[in-house]
Amino acid sequence: MVDALEAAIAAALAGRLPVEFSRANRGRELVLRTSREALPALMLLLRDEPSLDFAQLMDVCGVDHPSRPERFDVVYNLLSMTKNARVTVMVSTDELLPVPSMAPLWPTATWFEREAWDMFGITFAGLSDLRRLLTDYGFEGHPLRKDFPLTGFSEVRYDAEAGRVVYEPVKLTQDFRDFDFLSPWEAMTTLPGDEKVHLNRIEAPKE
Amino acid sequence: MSVTTTVLEDIPGAGGPQEHVRTVQVDSHTINFGPQHPAAHGVLRLILEMKGEVVERADPHIGLLHRGTEKLIEHKTYIQANPYFDRLDYVSPMCMEHPFVLAQEKLLGIEEMVPLRARWIRTMFAELTRIMNHLLNVTTYALDCGAITPALWGFEQREHLLEMYEMTGGSHYHVNYFRAGGVAKDIPAELEPKIRSWAAQFPAFLDELEGLLTHNRIFKQRTVDIGVMTAEQAMAWGFSGPNIRASGVAWDLRKAQPYDMYHEVEFDVPVGRNGDCYDRYLIRMAEMRQSLSIVLQCLDKMPLGPVKIADSKISPPSRADMKRSMEALIHHFKLYTEGYHVPEGQTYTVTEAPKGEFGVFLVADGTNKPYRCKIRAPGYAHLQAMEALSKGHMLADAVAIIGSLDIVFGEIDR
Repeated sequence: MVDALEAAIAAALAGRLPVEFSRANRGRELVLRTSREALPALMLLLRDEPSLDFAQLMDVCGVDHPSRPERFDVVYNLLSMTKNARVTVMVSTDELLPVPSMAPLWPTATWFEREAWDMFGITFAGLSDLRRLLTDYGFEGHPLRKDFPLTGFSEVRYDAEAGRVVYEPVKLTQDFRDFDFLSPWEAMTTLPGDEKVHLNRIEAPKE
Repeated sequence: MSVTTTVLEDIPGAGGPQEHVRTVQVDSHTINFGPQHPAAHGVLRLILEMKGEVVERADPHIGLLHRGTEKLIEHKTYIQANPYFDRLDYVSPMCMEHPFVLAQEKLLGIEEMVPLRARWIRTMFAELTRIMNHLLNVTTYALDCGAITPALWGFEQREHLLEMYEMTGGSHYHVNYFRAGGVAKDIPAELEPKIRSWAAQFPAFLDELEGLLTHNRIFKQRTVDIGVMTAEQAMAWGFSGPNIRASGVAWDLRKAQPYDMYHEVEFDVPVGRNGDCYDRYLIRMAEMRQSLSIVLQCLDKMPLGPVKIADSKISPPSRADMKRSMEALIHHFKLYTEGYHVPEGQTYTVTEAPKGEFGVFLVADGTNKPYRCKIRAPGYAHLQAMEALSKGHMLADAVAIIGSLDIVFGEIDR
């Protein structure tokens, strides 16, 4: 099923666009990774090629990987009703480089891209409506980035003296505690008490 | 901005040739619909630009119920993240847990090991939940259109279903019942007779409800040919579930990409023709009858047996084992503090929730917490089409359209 789909997409592409095929979920889901420049052409092909017919864009979302040079992945999930198939398209970007908007192809992309802007600060070229969607009016920052703290920066309360809702910096009587229960024998690379081993270890000479 | 300016009078003023007196009529009403309006189905703020009583532009402002679920889930173990899903679409809680549980099972590679009984129970409760959801939607939708009786009758039936939730999961709404590897606990013995006696009277109730609405002249005047969506439009706007079926697209994930035990049950997929508010109502009514038949098939076909996977790294030990076995005690402790580790990978897992395609895009990095969990809510895509649906209609029709789309803000705002 996935093999046939991959073959069909590869045949339709005929090597014209830089697309990297991979599999997710134990080989049961097809993932296409492409460049930002090739994205509109690829999406148009996936949508309009009769042998593929991915007429529906079901979901667009961002994923943040701060350690990568281009930290954000933008993930598109497409659905073909006639072929009963799904495909995931991924492109990467950073805080500044815009991703071509899919709103001209699918009007439903508008809100999903607005949400990606709101949550991650990913910009979309050609999106007419780049307002925030889910966060408060006048909100600053992009909350789903990995470097945004869970507790946020500002809090609101009703001030009886001022007679309105006021915004203040977050004050916590106790810091948010993110307990780390990872087992030392499963995921921890430095065992408790062994920290000095790594500090004092002499690095291997670099070639 | 649609501001119509009409110059009524433009005459020279008394102060000489330079001065003009101009009388201008500006016809632009911007109405702030909600967020405290009862017909807004929660906390929808809809900015409506009106020309007289006709909607020119509709701009939904959402996010007033945004609780940062996706961010919170990244900071919780998989077991702790599960209850957040009940709180998404709080009208159909168990259907929200379903895709998250399936996504975890896929990444853990334990789908085939989930006991049959657990999968039948999940299928049955997904369908009971669908009836619950449609009961609430159809009756409050009728309320929006001016009929009060359906809501009073429907909530009584819904209460019976909530009692079934309470018997199994211990709570009316937020049951946290579906778990990766099965369900939290077996259904009690009293549940089956209760479902059967309820199911015996339910078709008669549906007939009565249809008697109130289906051929009701007022209801039809409010809904027929209102908010029409063609099949092409519906696909471009990312519609799914009853809303796309009302537009004449025979698409149901339970048939097309079956999960749990849907490949073993027989049911029909009702499909509409016109894609208007009335068809969306008819689809939901027909779906309730189909769901009822699925629930009864589940009860008949459900085998006895375990309801959790036997792997003690994923499902907790029984209370009795914990008291006797040291190993079981350790497993219990590790499971509720550290949780289980999901191998690295990603999946986009979908289910046919009562409102449409509910998807979870889960990225796991091999630890006990999800790296990223994007929740794709069907209502999000439906509400976005509000402007396309309501443009050129009357203000009162906008209310009918919101009702017919089945909007719940728990899942839209997340």
